[in-house]
Amino acid sequence: MTFDALTGVLLIPAVAAALLAALPGYRVTARLNVAATTLTLICALSLFFSRPEPGVYLLVDDLNGTFIVLTTFVGFTTSVFSLSYIGHELETGRLTPPFVRFYHAMYQVLMFAMNLALIANNIGLMWVAIELATLTTVLMVGIYRTHEALEAAWKYFILGSVGIALALFGTILIYMAARPVIGEGLAAMEWTVLVTRAGAFDPALLDVAFVFLLLGYGTKVGLAPLHAWLPDAHAEGPTPISAVLSGLLLNVALYALLRFKMLLAVNAAALAPGPLMVTLGLLSLVFAAFMLYRRRDIKRLFAYSSIEHMGIIAFAFGMGGPIANFAGLLHMTMHSLTKSAIFFAVGHIAQVKGTQRIADMGGLTETHPVLGWALILGVVAIAGLPPLGIFMSEFLMVTSTFARAPLLALVLVFGILVGVAALFLRLNSIAFGEPRGSSAKAQASYAPMFAHLALVLAAGIYMPPALVAWFQNVAGLLG
Amino acid sequence: MSRIDFDIAHLLAGSLVLISFLELYQDRLYALLNVFAAHALVLAASVAWQAFVQDAPHLYVTAAIALTFKAIVIPVALHRIIVRLGIHREIEKVVGVGTAMLAGMGLVALSMVVMLRVTHGADPLAREDLAFALSVVLLGLLMMVTRRNAVSQVIGFMSLENGLVLAATGAKGMPLVVEISVAFSILIAFIVIGIFLFRIRERFDTVDVQVIDRFRGERR
Repeated sequence: MTFDALTGVLLIPAVAAALLAALPGYRVTARLNVAATTLTLICALSLFFSRPEPGVYLLVDDLNGTFIVLTTFVGFTTSVFSLSYIGHELETGRLTPPFVRFYHAMYQVLMFAMNLALIANNIGLMWVAIELATLTTVLMVGIYRTHEALEAAWKYFILGSVGIALALFGTILIYMAARPVIGEGLAAMEWTVLVTRAGAFDPALLDVAFVFLLLGYGTKVGLAPLHAWLPDAHAEGPTPISAVLSGLLLNVALYALLRFKMLLAVNAAALAPGPLMVTLGLLSLVFAAFMLYRRRDIKRLFAYSSIEHMGIIAFAFGMGGPIANFAGLLHMTMHSLTKSAIFFAVGHIAQVKGTQRIADMGGLTETHPVLGWALILGVVAIAGLPPLGIFMSEFLMVTSTFARAPLLALVLVFGILVGVAALFLRLNSIAFGEPRGSSAKAQASYAPMFAHLALVLAAGIYMPPALVAWFQNVAGLLG
Repeated sequence: MSRIDFDIAHLLAGSLVLISFLELYQDRLYALLNVFAAHALVLAASVAWQAFVQDAPHLYVTAAIALTFKAIVIPVALHRIIVRLGIHREIEKVVGVGTAMLAGMGLVALSMVVMLRVTHGADPLAREDLAFALSVVLLGLLMMVTRRNAVSQVIGFMSLENGLVLAATGAKGMPLVVEISVAFSILIAFIVIGIFLFRIRERFDTVDVQVIDRFRGERR
């Protein structure tokens, strides 16, 4: 087999995982981790220029190309962040060297699984990859072995497995629907074949399949009421994993849903998946927005904010059409960048303060000005204030929805505003006021955080026409 | 397909649903384990029968995995865990037997109604198999919800997976990739569970999930 960029995206993390599992020593392995994610990112970027033809198992098109670049980029910056984060955890003794070795190997396995899920051309293979990603993150969430971490991991494992099981049932049903039309064998599970022939599938079977897939992968997206695992998993795992979970894994599950949605869109007689996604999206948005008020734990706060934003994104894709899809894609990208930047800041804040309780941290802008202002900038961005990137996407979404379904737009705006108010309420007590908690100097790596925030700011002020054209093209694909 | 082929496949898939019901009301862990072993045994027979009927030799592999791994290795291992942890006492239930059985019947009826209605086009064997498989999946879910003990939740999850295997083998000619992956994922899942049980033991000296619930995040 010749080496191309597509194999690289899979092979590099796989080899790195094996190496990292074998090598001792934190300093070497942490840097190796960064090197591997850098190489993966380069491979992913090269996919823009030369793209292999879709094979039986692997596929790159404009849609998943966008996701892969986003995934490998955030994977790269998070590995840089994790360099200093894990170093600190080792110093304080929260993690021991064997666990750090395990952590690094698992990080690469997770990258491998997410990349595989994105480029798989086979619905079965994609399912396997998402299952692998779930199991990996379960292990990572439980890595601190505290009561809370174990409980979170157990809950995540049970809910995640049930979701994954339902998704597999849906996958089998899709195959059942495809078999009479395409015939037996691998072809009946290939995206490229399925999409061209879906018009002739039995619509009733497709409908039931989509309901299972929506419930199954929707659990992994964290849509309410299937979100129960998400806040715990975010709060109790290591912060780099919270960043990857929020920024990437939720997107990967959403990508799976979008693919199946495209499948249903081809079949005129099948049910329209849009209204289902719109309902779940709005439910998640409003529910999470209210839940934000009562949070006492800083990581839990931002985990609920992730549910809120995944709701917004699911809503946008559910509405469909060129503008809403464009807004959904933009929002997803901006949310990934912003939320992981916030988690980078939160990780360092929790480390210097030695706690995740919001009540025990205060006056951050006085004790740690850089971290404090970075967090403020992040929250301003995630709240969707101009001129940052999320403002753009939310503005597009709200205006396009007002034109098509004003009542839904009202709910959308209501949810967003409730969420924004809650975030600022909490931010106020964290960033300003009487300084509380330790004021020891932070040993932080600011570069990944500010790189993300700079990108979000740049996208809000000026989007290069090439990027706009690219997103419009992908939005058109989504139908 | 001859009449008798169909009848045997039907019988085996139907027995799987029946055994799922048996699992619902077992109130001792050992008994539950034995019933689960029977569940896996019937699954293996059913998969082997499908392999014979469909003339698909690769399905024998799936049957063999179900037989050795799920009917023998896992029950034995769980048996040992139960002995080691000393938790062979009664299972506490969240809902009573009657309620659980009624809910189970409702779920089976639901899956019949849903699956038989949407699969007009498919061949009769696949139709029935799919309806039974969905019943097994839903009964597995029900079991996970009604149990508190981590071991019985895990058994519930595994019988749910059995339902998925039944569905996958009933779908004629479904590529091997998926069957192996299903078996494989169960393997991984089990390792994960094993580690977790070990860790839970380390931390709590109990596998009663209610004790873990004391540390629920919602209160913070």
